[in-house]
Amino acid sequence: MSSFPFLIVLIALPAAGAAVVAALPRGRELLAKQVALAVSLLVLVLTVLATVAFHAGGARFQLTTSVSWIASFGVRFALGVDGIALVMLLLIGVLVPVVIGASWDDELPSGRSMRAYFAWLLLLEAMMVGVFAATDVFLFYVFFEAMLVPMYFLIGSFGGPRRQYAAVKFFLYSLVGGLIMLAAVIGLYVVSNSQLGAGTFAFDALRQLDITPGVQKLLFLGFFIAFAIKAPLVPFHTWLPDAGSEAPIGGAVLLVGILDKVGTFGFLRYCLPLFPDASRAFAPAVLVLAVAGILYAALLAMGQSDMKRLVSYTSISHFGFIALGIFAFTTEAGTGAVLYMVNHGLATGLLFLVVGMLIARGGSRQIGDYGGVAAKAPLLAGAFLIAGLASLSLPGTNSFVSEFLVLIGSFHAVPVFTILATVGMVLAALYILLMYQRTMQGPPRGVLLEESEAPEPVSAHSGGTATVTAPAPVRSRLRVLDLSRRELAVVAPLIALIIGLGVYPQPLLRLIEPAVHATLSDVGVSGTATGGTHR
Amino acid sequence: MPAEGLLAWSWLLIALPLAGAAILLLGGRRTDRWGHLLGTGTVVAAFVIGLLGTIQLAGLDKKSVGVDLFTFINVGSLDVRAGLLFDPLSAAFVLLITGVGALIHIYSIGYMAHDPGRRRFFAYLNLFVAAMLLLVLGNSFVALYVGWEGVGLASYLLIAFWYTRPAAATAAKKAFIMNRVGDVGLALAIFLMFSQLGTTSYAGVFGSIGTLAGGTITAIGLLLLLGACGKSGQFPLQAWLPDAMEGPTPVSALIHAATMVTAGVYLIARCAPIYDHTPTARTVVMLIGAITLLIGAIAGCAYDDIKKVLAYSTVSQIGYMFLAVGLGPAGYVAGLAHLYAHGFFKAGLFLGAGSVMHAMNDSVDMRRFGGLWKKLPITFVTFSLGYLALIGFPFLSGYWTKDAIIEAAFDRGDTLGYVLGGVAVFAAGLTAFYMTRLMLMTFFGPPRWEEGVHPHEAPPVMTAPMIVLAVGSVGAGFALVRAFPLGTWLAPVFGEPKETTHVLAPLTLTLVLVAVMLLGVGLAWLFVGRREVPVIAPARVSPVVRAARNALYADTVNESLFMRPGQWLTRALVFFDNRGVDGAVNGMAATLGGSSARLGRAQTGFVRTYALGMLGGAVLVAGALLAVTAG
Repeated sequence: MSSFPFLIVLIALPAAGAAVVAALPRGRELLAKQVALAVSLLVLVLTVLATVAFHAGGARFQLTTSVSWIASFGVRFALGVDGIALVMLLLIGVLVPVVIGASWDDELPSGRSMRAYFAWLLLLEAMMVGVFAATDVFLFYVFFEAMLVPMYFLIGSFGGPRRQYAAVKFFLYSLVGGLIMLAAVIGLYVVSNSQLGAGTFAFDALRQLDITPGVQKLLFLGFFIAFAIKAPLVPFHTWLPDAGSEAPIGGAVLLVGILDKVGTFGFLRYCLPLFPDASRAFAPAVLVLAVAGILYAALLAMGQSDMKRLVSYTSISHFGFIALGIFAFTTEAGTGAVLYMVNHGLATGLLFLVVGMLIARGGSRQIGDYGGVAAKAPLLAGAFLIAGLASLSLPGTNSFVSEFLVLIGSFHAVPVFTILATVGMVLAALYILLMYQRTMQGPPRGVLLEESEAPEPVSAHSGGTATVTAPAPVRSRLRVLDLSRRELAVVAPLIALIIGLGVYPQPLLRLIEPAVHATLSDVGVSGTATGGTHR
Repeated sequence: MPAEGLLAWSWLLIALPLAGAAILLLGGRRTDRWGHLLGTGTVVAAFVIGLLGTIQLAGLDKKSVGVDLFTFINVGSLDVRAGLLFDPLSAAFVLLITGVGALIHIYSIGYMAHDPGRRRFFAYLNLFVAAMLLLVLGNSFVALYVGWEGVGLASYLLIAFWYTRPAAATAAKKAFIMNRVGDVGLALAIFLMFSQLGTTSYAGVFGSIGTLAGGTITAIGLLLLLGACGKSGQFPLQAWLPDAMEGPTPVSALIHAATMVTAGVYLIARCAPIYDHTPTARTVVMLIGAITLLIGAIAGCAYDDIKKVLAYSTVSQIGYMFLAVGLGPAGYVAGLAHLYAHGFFKAGLFLGAGSVMHAMNDSVDMRRFGGLWKKLPITFVTFSLGYLALIGFPFLSGYWTKDAIIEAAFDRGDTLGYVLGGVAVFAAGLTAFYMTRLMLMTFFGPPRWEEGVHPHEAPPVMTAPMIVLAVGSVGAGFALVRAFPLGTWLAPVFGEPKETTHVLAPLTLTLVLVAVMLLGVGLAWLFVGRREVPVIAPARVSPVVRAARNALYADTVNESLFMRPGQWLTRALVFFDNRGVDGAVNGMAATLGGSSARLGRAQTGFVRTYALGMLGGAVLVAGALLAVTAG
């Protein structure tokens, strides 16, 4: 089984699927959807099989493939995964079919076809697999940039009213970051050329280079800025609320759930092992950005009136936790950070999906346009609450394990940053429960009210001191329908994973820990979170 | 010692109610007809298992049994196993939680009979019981933390049970947020323990805590105390508890009186090995308790809402428990005995209040009650017994347990001991005052009922649990202090009870306390019983009464210190992020792209921007190459 070229197939299969879906004749929308779903489910199955074939604690990179590509520059089409990349592939495998199911009945902007939408989704999946599976830095760069194209079209063609502004902004930010990284990639090649006699982009070879600290710092910054924009870290974040709110829901889930993780993945895969001295030198500065981001973005989330923008800001806050975990340089925190990347994809993915389902019913993204939805749509409200509780890292949900690991692993190494970060726990409860209260609780009101029955003034309920034990009479009927079977089928797997991984996270932790440990050995830190000093 | 026999199955204690909650929530309307029976059944079964387990434990030589379940988190040097610890302390809590819990589940069958959400109510109650049992049975601080936040979730769901009411939704959110503030303290304490000791299990932490520097132990003690204050509604995090009365009354009885809010006391008692090393933190626990018991008693005197009076009484009584556990070995048993007795009489009082509300069309305004003793005889008798137990009437529960706490405070023998004891005695007088006021306004005097109210006694399914709890209110104190001393049962945890030399002769103290109690009752009679109670609360009152009515301005302080500055900061940051950060970047992009309008209208200017971007990139590449060659 291990000789099966999993990674090539995992890239080729969705790419081929995209071509098939795009080539289907006009009018075969249902077939296009079915093909897309089937391909994405097959990718999921293959990813799970690849995980079975992977030996945790074995070689650092497994399932490797390497073919010469651009021989004159030593570029190879080299693929391979460590535990970190593998869990990201699993996340891709889970989220893409969920997104396809969630987008099944989307209302697209006029003139846009479902075939194109699903073709772009599959192509995006292929690029995302590539970016995590590449072990050649140049190949990584190619996927990193190529990934922008399908996402650009997903936002720019299928998004909300300001989709073009958001798409261009997303593209420009990513492009600027990508070009800076390209400079650093070329720089790495030049260094390898002078040290090894022949230039290479192979990660394992570059890792062995002995780069002077000054050059390390320059190259580190080249990679770091690209990844910080992608992640995004404050202050490189302002593209995300626009992109996240204007993207179609499926695109938003993949954007925040997976694409952004390329940034934090890049920190771990490239910044730390390739530039260990620079990583140690810049760590305090990165930690300042991380913790500032946690608090700043959480406060901003509280001030949003647009639900999708709010969720985007919560993600920026969460990315701060991931960056904290990575740059605390302990095995516990680093493993927590990688698990955080997976868990955030599931939890925020679910939150985005449920918010999208609500918006599909009400036609508005404004929190103020909703109220009391739980009375009419208890399943939707329940899914919303579970997603929210996972977002605020309640124990019993997956996010608790990762946030706990990040914080407990960072505390010994960087206590002040960690203490500041814990304030984010309170802020997370605030922004989630505020949104939940305003949209789901209280007397029914807002855009979902039946038009024929004029909405009652809300203040009539809250006045007076007499407490009633029965629910306040629902005077106006809500027009909202509860979750359909399709929508239930979309949210159920995510909820199951959120709770399952919250109770039993060990299977993922076993995959992640050796890879994180190896990465930290590259940086030259012993990586313990307890007793004595480790720096 | 690993568990054998029935104790090896003690995970069922948690699994049964958890399964109940899952079935009721996932089963949906299909389970509407029998959901309340299943929900009650799981808790009754848990009580039986807990009782049999406790009997087995009593027969063992080593009274501490571990149940190892599975690896929860194992990364680097952090090894957290999911496991339970069944010892005399956790057994005592298991019996209280499942015993009182079962009674309140039974009561709720009647209380919630006509509520369309009854199944959901039982699901949440079961979830609460499961989380609370995990909290007291976990064998590590991580397991405790999971249960700790779990009960917070259940509390949130149940306070907001009638979620269409804005007040309920707001109160639930407030409770969750203020609890989270406390939870941060608990979390930081766990981080600090792991950082210093490399473990989070009770055995590991308690075994090596003595090796740490005094300052570190004090920090751990204070952080744990912050967590305890949040969960137990202690100063300065007390303001959420009275608002939590927005939840259905059985919830107030179970969660916000008998069990969850006493979790802070459990935490401090469980961490006795830590506090043994830090007199400073222990003193702070004591002071927090003394401050809170006074605040609660003062506020309790001023409210007209029957549930709020009981809620402030809870705040105050838990203050007594904190005072007790802050006294150290002299107070642990007294504090826990009071916790137990309070669990009976306060749960009984709340169920009685629920019965009164049931009879009065769900009104909670005592100014519209009066003369109910004739209409609600069973409620009146059971409520009265709870009342007498609470105010410390001789030979009822509170008399034994509260007096033991006050006695232990005086027995410190120093000035602080006298001050704390004095405060506790004064507050005992206030307790007698506000509870007598409540009795007089509710059950005596002429009826002041609103029109259309026809009071009637509750059905047996509700009165039976009230009667059982009333029996507990009468007998628990004597039983726990004299007949089957709790001190002997808990000796494996806290050590053998020691004979202490009393600063005040016990008889003197008893006489003083009885006198103070009678004074409180008498003053209440003078101010409330003798006069006619106005239906509308008088507006022109002294500053003292106004302060008490505002619960000493706790909400005002929170709002002006945190809420309003927070809202202002959030608004300012949103403005800054939109105009400042984003504006700066957009401006830069616009300079590159030609004009900001182009960026907005997109694709026309796009190619040019792209080209310029490429150019900028090429320049950077050249620069980098130069730098590399130079370097």
